[in-house]
Amino acid sequence: MRQDWGYRLAPHRGLLLAVGLFVVMFAMFISHHPAGFSSNVLNTAANKGALLAFVAMAQTLPVLTSGLDLSVGNVFVLTNCLASTVVTGSAEHAALGVVLVLATGLACGALNGAIVVFGRLQPIIATLATGAMYHGVALLLRPEPGGEVHEGFADFMTGSVAGGIPFAMILLVGVVLVIWLPYRLSTLGRAAYAVGSSEQAAYMSGVPVARAKFLAYVLAGLLASIAGLLLTCLTYSGEANALLGGSYTLNSIAAVVLGGTSLYGGSGGAIGSILGAFVLRTIGDLLFVFDMNPLWQPLFLGIVLVVSVGLGSLRLLRIKSRLELYR
Amino acid sequence: MTASLFRLEGVSKRYGGVRALENARLECGHGRIHAVLGENGAGKSTLIKVMSGVVRPDAGTMELSGKPLVLDSPAAASRAGIVSVFQELSLLPDLSVADNIGITNPPTRFGLIDRRAQRRMAEEALARVGAGDIHPLAPVGQLPLSRRQMVEIAKALVRSPKILILDEATSALTAADVAGVFRVLRELRDQGLAIVYISHRMNEIAELADDCSVYRNGRHVGTFPAASKSPHEIIEMMIGREYTSVFPPRRAEAPTAPPALAVKKLCWAGRLKDIDLEVRPGEIVGLGGLEGQGQRDLLLALFGALKGLTGTVEVNGARVSLSNPRRTRIAGGGIALVPEDRKTEGLMLPMTVRDNLSFAAIGQFSRFGFIDRKAQEAALARMMDLLKIRAGGIDDPVASLSGGNQQKVVIGKWLMTSPKIILLNDPTRGIDVGTKQELYRLMRDLADADAAILFYSTDYAELIGCCDRVLILYDGAIIRALEGEAMNERNIVTSAHNLAVEVAQGAP
Repeated sequence: MRQDWGYRLAPHRGLLLAVGLFVVMFAMFISHHPAGFSSNVLNTAANKGALLAFVAMAQTLPVLTSGLDLSVGNVFVLTNCLASTVVTGSAEHAALGVVLVLATGLACGALNGAIVVFGRLQPIIATLATGAMYHGVALLLRPEPGGEVHEGFADFMTGSVAGGIPFAMILLVGVVLVIWLPYRLSTLGRAAYAVGSSEQAAYMSGVPVARAKFLAYVLAGLLASIAGLLLTCLTYSGEANALLGGSYTLNSIAAVVLGGTSLYGGSGGAIGSILGAFVLRTIGDLLFVFDMNPLWQPLFLGIVLVVSVGLGSLRLLRIKSRLELYR
Repeated sequence: MTASLFRLEGVSKRYGGVRALENARLECGHGRIHAVLGENGAGKSTLIKVMSGVVRPDAGTMELSGKPLVLDSPAAASRAGIVSVFQELSLLPDLSVADNIGITNPPTRFGLIDRRAQRRMAEEALARVGAGDIHPLAPVGQLPLSRRQMVEIAKALVRSPKILILDEATSALTAADVAGVFRVLRELRDQGLAIVYISHRMNEIAELADDCSVYRNGRHVGTFPAASKSPHEIIEMMIGREYTSVFPPRRAEAPTAPPALAVKKLCWAGRLKDIDLEVRPGEIVGLGGLEGQGQRDLLLALFGALKGLTGTVEVNGARVSLSNPRRTRIAGGGIALVPEDRKTEGLMLPMTVRDNLSFAAIGQFSRFGFIDRKAQEAALARMMDLLKIRAGGIDDPVASLSGGNQQKVVIGKWLMTSPKIILLNDPTRGIDVGTKQELYRLMRDLADADAAILFYSTDYAELIGCCDRVLILYDGAIIRALEGEAMNERNIVTSAHNLAVEVAQGAP
């Protein structure tokens, strides 16, 4: 049935736009790269992109409930510092360390969720505050940049597997398959979409509103901690860098929007955000291969964001009651 | 009546000082369709909200199949088997039709939602209510209103209710859809469900209901088998309340000046249909009818808040284009709208009385873009005195005022612009009797000072007491104009239900 395809594709228009943008940009990048298409170039691009992709996935979940998580960048930094302390020593010790890092991400997410859902604070201010706390803990853990990480693990995480496929990509796909897709198809995952679409209607429909929101923040913490772990493997160290946390938080929001998720909640998804993250990263790489001053990057990034978000608000032209513009 | 399935006794609910339900009762039997009737504000919606777990009553008990029932959320009501169909209130606009239908209890496989099964379930439910034309993957937000309402009904069916409550569920439907819904409702009744049906359409009730209960002012007035009373007898039961308000006298002679506001063939988005009306300076024209028949849209249209209007609007004989509220407020000497919901559309609650009163007329006491506080204070003092606004001080947040005084601030804000045309959207809702009477007095004074007033109220007594003429809207069109002797409660309620009035009616 042709109509079916129309309806199946319609919600993914934003995603398709991001895919198209990414393919074009990446092709330009590769074709102009002095080294051409090589496993190495691919691997570097993948690793850089994957960091933001995980943080952007994390951001997607609260945004879908029409919330926001301003602490994702700081959870990322905190787990980076923690990993540089505990993912060390013997293989068993490192494995335990990985579990601890992920558990910390979950705990940070749970605290966010508890404050937003049960404390009924606005997500922006709640996560701004917890984000500052997480950064504080990161500073305590690692007042000076440094630390180390289990080398075998780090090389495995950041290397390529047979056929030259970067492991970071496999990890990304794995997380999508193991966390995102089941979540999207779970009752609570769909409840999150329902809450973002209309919280009142969701409540009236008997949807578990509180649990859905809580889970969204918890999973956001977990996904951000995966990014923190990956960062540790890339840098072999940890750093409680406030600028890094802030820039990842803001870029994650940009990636979410680029990937077609509405900041009002209720529509979009994490796969779009991954693509959005890669688009953002590729902009920087493009400037590099075209030999342009890297100072242009923020300007370019801004233009890409404004244009792609502008496309999304064309629907406002159809609204019949002007009052609805202000809802 | 057969053995009762559901019983509600002595239920009371107050909102602030307003009594919404007082010692209400309702009893529903297996395999019966029970119509609940009453005019605006009779307590029907509160009753439904209590039954569906949205509102917790202050007092009273409920029983289901002889067992006591306590509902603390809509989810609890749904688990107990009480399912409500609201007017598109519980649909999720971004989700697909199938997702909406399955939202409460989706079919799962290995713990995940089985989308194929869910789609089949949605298709079956839609086909069952005769809405097989709706695509299960379409996002609900893109469906027209009548289709959304059908989704809402299908959504209720898949929850396999014991008691199904329909609150004005057919108001947005086409005749063919209504027939489909009625067929399903009869089937469900024959399967032993109890159905509670709220509608303002008397013919539907005559066609469908087995029992009727009438409510008035939050109280249960009577329950009787549907066929035992005529529509006009039922309307008698719905009205006939005591009048407590005193209204100021009307003008001796009708105003003769040319109309300040003349509307011809005004249409909007299928929700306003060929509206013709005129309001002369010095005249208060009422808008009546059931809630949601287009009165609010009409006022918003005249204030310039709606896009895509057709037809003409003349202010003082000159044609105006209503492009936005900023411009309409100065069209032809000034148009003012006192909106429906003062808390969201009328006031900036955390801001001061001073700021709130000043917004609409801020140009009057601004110089070079700065506010002249002396001139402002003088103007505000006059207004607060005129309206007898009781506030701690003009720099108190408006949220700290009582409801009545808040409403006076909304009205005062617009009076500051000395408008020639005043649109009032149910201005007395939720305010105390004393303030109401002050507002009636004020409206008449403004009219006597040659303002043209268009006044929508859900309180029929108020329309009769305040207005020179009343226009009744039904389904987006003016279906009747009542004035003089014909402007009585019986005629208003009868017209509002789109029934013919028995006595001579006023000229349109």
